Amino acid sequence: MSHRIVSKKQLSEDVFTAKVEAPLVAQARRPGQFVIISLNNEYAERIPLTIAGVDLREGTISLIWQRVGKTTAELSDLQPGDEIANVAGPLGNPTELEKFGTVVCVGGGIGLAPLLPIAEALKAIGNRIISIIGARNKELLILEEEFARTSDELIITTDDGSEPLAELCQAEPKPDKVFAIGPAIMMKFCCDVTRQFDVPTEVSLNTIMIDGTGMCGGCRIEFDGKAKFVCVDGPEFDGHKVNFDLMMKRLSAYKSAEQKEHERYKDHRCKVSEIKEKE
Amino acid sequence: MTDSERRQLLHDLLQKQENGGLKPRDRYEIPPQDMPEQDPVVRAGNVNEVATGYTETHARIEALRCLGCKNAPCVNGCPVRIRIRDFVVEIAEGRYEQALSIIKENSLLPAVCGRVCPQENQCQLTCTVGKRFKDPTRAVSIGRLERFVADRDGRSESVPAVAAETGKKVAIVGSGPGGIVAAADTRRAGHEVTLFEAFHKPGGVMVYGIPEFRLPKAIVQNEIDTLAKMGVKIVCNFIVGKTRTVQQLLEEDGFDAAYIGVGAGLPNFMGIEGESLVGVYSANEYLTRANLMKAYGYGSCADTPIARSKAVAVVGGGNVAMDAARTALRLGAEKVYLVYRRTEKEMPARIEEVHHAKQEGIEFHILQSPKRILGDQNSQVTGVECLKYELGEPDDSGRRRPVAIEGSEFTIDLDTVIIAIGNKPNPLISQTMPELEITKWGTIVVNEETMATSVPGVFAGGDIVSGAATVILAMGQGRIAAAGINEYLAKKDK
Ligand SMILES: Cc1cc2nc3c(=O)[nH]c(=O)nc-3n(C[C@H](O)[C@H](O)[C@H](O)COP(=O)(O)OP(=O)(O)OC[C@H]3O[C@@H](n4cnc5c(N)ncnc54)[C@H](O)[C@@H]3O)c2cc1C
Ligand SMILES: Cc1cc2nc3c(=O)[nH]c(=O)nc-3n(C[C@H](O)[C@H](O)[C@H](O)COP(=O)(O)OP(=O)(O)OC[C@H]3O[C@@H](n4cnc5c(N)ncnc54)[C@H](O)[C@@H]3O)c2cc1C
Ligand code: SF4
Ligand code: FES
Repeated sequence: MSHRIVSKKQLSEDVFTAKVEAPLVAQARRPGQFVIISLNNEYAERIPLTIAGVDLREGTISLIWQRVGKTTAELSDLQPGDEIANVAGPLGNPTELEKFGTVVCVGGGIGLAPLLPIAEALKAIGNRIISIIGARNKELLILEEEFARTSDELIITTDDGSEPLAELCQAEPKPDKVFAIGPAIMMKFCCDVTRQFDVPTEVSLNTIMIDGTGMCGGCRIEFDGKAKFVCVDGPEFDGHKVNFDLMMKRLSAYKSAEQKEHERYKDHRCKVSEIKEKE
Repeated sequence: MTDSERRQLLHDLLQKQENGGLKPRDRYEIPPQDMPEQDPVVRAGNVNEVATGYTETHARIEALRCLGCKNAPCVNGCPVRIRIRDFVVEIAEGRYEQALSIIKENSLLPAVCGRVCPQENQCQLTCTVGKRFKDPTRAVSIGRLERFVADRDGRSESVPAVAAETGKKVAIVGSGPGGIVAAADTRRAGHEVTLFEAFHKPGGVMVYGIPEFRLPKAIVQNEIDTLAKMGVKIVCNFIVGKTRTVQQLLEEDGFDAAYIGVGAGLPNFMGIEGESLVGVYSANEYLTRANLMKAYGYGSCADTPIARSKAVAVVGGGNVAMDAARTALRLGAEKVYLVYRRTEKEMPARIEEVHHAKQEGIEFHILQSPKRILGDQNSQVTGVECLKYELGEPDDSGRRRPVAIEGSEFTIDLDTVIIAIGNKPNPLISQTMPELEITKWGTIVVNEETMATSVPGVFAGGDIVSGAATVILAMGQGRIAAAGINEYLAKKDK
């Protein structure tokens, strides 16, 4: 099955989006689910990416990714017409959509990508949506327009979002539910806030994965003192029970090695483009 | 024995056979032929196959050890009833092609089975020669002979004949040994067959679990290529239960029958403190990174990293544990400990793997088991606290139950722990098929004569039915299921 990139756009310095042919995945997908992709059959890494949206008529899924390492950098260099060798999914459990009442959606950085379809779906079934969206600085903020369209109230921040969240939680009536998706540290801070106010909080976890079907256990986290597999038990969890500190340590298990790989790829890329220029 | 001595021996034996024949006593005296292998020190530094295989001389001498027993007890020890005596006799006569076709009557993957079957618990356990020496490792080396004729065949170009198209569609789910055989046999009957695999590469455990040094990937790929040449459609990255459900395949996509062979892929953990620390792997994760994702090439060609460990403990005593330990060694670990709570006698691993592991310098810590895993402030593993055990009364499995010795705690310093204490079935498919009958362990219930499940048109085999078992059992069940499917489809016609 071929997975051609039909269109691609750069959203900010390091964030890209593309529509990719994957008709069966598009058909089966529900909000909250992800795919695992890899760029060739022999030596490439398998990485998980959330399905940000689907176009059933075209048979495509949209992906939004941030260039953080070798594989996402290589992906960023692909152009419309190029193929992604492997796309498997949809994986993970769909978001449990319910009419909660007032829902605060807190998204940070690339976490805005998975958050958007959830916010849209929640809105569609009648929830009142307050979105707190943030990035390290204003230039890195993505999907602002889309969130503005979906939200009844929109708050933009360059922090982890826990401050405005605390304000909302202090107000009467407090929100009925919070969805927080972003860097682990941001989700941790948000959960620390909502725990104080007893507001149920759903987080979507981005652990390191291989198969995405429960077969390796590499994605496991400590949840309420017990091991859970993010790919089959999640990716969404009650954030108040997640051991974020341990999860962050596991996320950086290969950090220094991966930085080297990314540097190497960047070097290689520079050389290739130099050669191309000379030609 | 040097090569020329070996050739001389064969010459003498053949001569003797011609002049009046070899008596059983003569045959008992023939020295069992070891298989040539890479030097332990050299091979610990590469991922190439450890045992390099018999030469023709080895094979014929070994085959001459066979007594040609009338009742052929070896055949009863074989889960798929290969006519062992008959193929061994053909090898002794130098008729290798005949030998291979006898094997292929019952087994489609002799190059695989010759390498990975636990012969000492099967055909070689019941072999008369082994019985006489009271040692199955001194029986006729049936597995090595099987491998010899299969390898000699090389990358066989011969493609099994396919019957006229029936217009019926069969879905095979999972490309492990059971799925491969089921696909071949249903395709041979003329059905249109699609093989669905969740991973990006077909082959099942033979590709992502069992390492290259024990089962070269090219052998498995060859079998997959043969399927493709027969006209089996192979679809990877297709997770049945997620991409499409079995119901959708049958009701919307036009498949008339399905075989479920998804294996027992879910790793067990011990449930002890520290199991989620950085540096703790399930054997599945460790082996998948190393094999399928080729993490040994990280930094030069491959993109998937793996811990570069100094000291590793592998917990468990099966083939999976041996594979993980020997892989860790090849990835550069200076010390590899195998921690097992019973004794070597109870280890479920193939004897040859235990032997190879020891030869390569894996340190066996028997009658011990981890109590908790220790880490530093970065949550990186620093050691494991173990308890010593002794054997008590036999348990349900008939093996003596290990009992912890109170107060016997001690610590091993290390940076990586690999848990290899078994796998259980993946509920991905059964969760989406409430009408499918499963046991309390999550394995699928089947009618053993046809491998039919509780859902009409759906058959199953391999580890998803037996729990973590063996390649040959999975193959055998794949074959029975294919026969079941062929019969079901023939009836469906009317
Ligand atoms: C269910 C799920 C959904 C995801 N959805 C998206 C998405 O929609 N868009 C997107 O950009 N990313 C998403 N991610 C994260 C994405 O998978 C990683 O960014 C990617 O694996 C990095 O690969 P790489 O080779 O480019 O970088 P690597 O070289 O593997 O890593 C580079 C750096 O990123 C860190 N890192 C590694 N893996 C992750 C991770 N899983 N999450 C965060 N940091 C990581 C490492 O510590 C390392 O320092 C998702 C992850 C999960 C588990
Ligand atoms: C490390 C290791 C070493 C072993 N060593 C030996 C040995 O020496 N000798 C021996 O006899 N046995 C050995 N075994 C056991 C043997 O490999 C298994 O018993 C055998 O492979 C089971 O075959 P199977 O047909 O059930 O499929 P498996 O080989 O288990 O393959 C199942 C396939 O189905 C795929 N799949 C799973 N879910 C889905 C889905 N939902 N949709 C599509 N595809 C799916 C999987 O990705 C996999 O490729 C070993 C096992 C391991 C893990
Ligand atoms: S039992 Fe052993 S000696 Fe007898 S026929 Fe079989 S392989 Fe030969
Ligand atoms: S990614 Fe392997 S078990 Fe979750």
